[in-house]
Amino acid sequence: MALTRSALRLFSGRFTQACQVRGYADAPSMSLTFAAPSQVLYNNISVKQIDVPSFSGSFGILPAHVPTLAVLKPGVVTVFENDGSTKKFFVSSGTVTINEDSTVQLLAEEAVPVDTLDISAAKELLAQSQSQLASASSEVAKAEAEISIEVSEALVKACE
Amino acid sequence: SQQVRGMATLKMISIRLKSVKNIQKITQSMKMVSAAKYTKAERELKLARPYGIGAQESYKKAEVKDEEGEKGQLIIAVSSDRGLCGAVHSSIGRIVKTDIAANLNTKVVIVGDKVRNILQRLYAKNIAMVVTEVGRKPAVFGDAALVAQSIINSGIEFSKGKILFNAFRTVVSFRTTEMPLYSQNAVANASKLPVYDSLDSDVIQSYTEFSLASLLFYSMKENATSEQSSRMTAMDNASKNAGEMIDKLTMTFNRTRQAVITRELIEIISGAAALETKN
Repeated sequence: MALTRSALRLFSGRFTQACQVRGYADAPSMSLTFAAPSQVLYNNISVKQIDVPSFSGSFGILPAHVPTLAVLKPGVVTVFENDGSTKKFFVSSGTVTINEDSTVQLLAEEAVPVDTLDISAAKELLAQSQSQLASASSEVAKAEAEISIEVSEALVKACE
Repeated sequence: SQQVRGMATLKMISIRLKSVKNIQKITQSMKMVSAAKYTKAERELKLARPYGIGAQESYKKAEVKDEEGEKGQLIIAVSSDRGLCGAVHSSIGRIVKTDIAANLNTKVVIVGDKVRNILQRLYAKNIAMVVTEVGRKPAVFGDAALVAQSIINSGIEFSKGKILFNAFRTVVSFRTTEMPLYSQNAVANASKLPVYDSLDSDVIQSYTEFSLASLLFYSMKENATSEQSSRMTAMDNASKNAGEMIDKLTMTFNRTRQAVITRELIEIISGAAALETKN
């Protein structure tokens, strides 16, 4: 008896969750412009969801997300397209803007598809930047080496 | 003495003809080089346009307005080091001059030597920074980032700002356009900003700095394409004009040559006739 009651409660919980998901899907779609200085990845294309790594935390963007500005951290951006496919891109830095009308501008300094990354080259870069940090003398050189380490760590993580 | 004059004029005309022909060769080759550079620049601009337009969108959507205040105006005039490209540099120089005349508390950051030369004489005091070695190679984001970093490091404060550059329209036309620039305070006080979630001054600072570099990059790309297409047109016109001069000079040369020959014949014949009558 108790088992069925708790099973019912579990089931109803999941049911309300399913309702919430359907609610988001009915919301107006979101138009994404994802560009780098030398290439255009998405230009005002309607997509379902975008996951971005930012300095204020990684977050996913769905249609009708609250407007915000954020600065990108080195990491992977995942775009969930309307036809169900997902595409992953590694970004080095940049900004993301979500506007009131659900348009999203993702401007990355450099963006490459994750499957074009070479893990051995990434690991080599990490080793190089770590030795750079060890031999860094001035504050500026230290900061540059730390940035290099952050990017290469994210690169290695993206390849795995 | 007329004979001597005829020969001297002939030599002078032929020297002139040779030099104009050389100039035509140079302008034609410059046109070819600009055409190649223009194709490359236009291709890169097409890829950079969504990026540049995207960078301006956020300011438009957040309805950022110029800061209220008397910190003056900042103009970033984007141009290049090289001339012979039509009205590209002078149109920018003209607008900067009218702007400074309207608002004396204006600081100008000049990208490219040519505009510096235009402003140096009257408005040297308003020039805050000059960036040179621009225009030889196509701009990359790193260049724009360098300029943005120098502007930020110099600590220039402004209430109102703009980037002035030549937007590319078609191969034969460009339009001198301005993009608004907003200071950090202006962004922080934007009317729609409270709608935006989880913002602090760090984020706004990094955001405005990156935007500055992005907008600068975009304006450099547009300007480069306008410059190359303008140079192509200018060199094409120069070659045509040189061609016209060559035609006119060749005509004059042939006429002078024939006149010299006729004069020589007349002298010989009149000399011979004089001898005959003497006999």
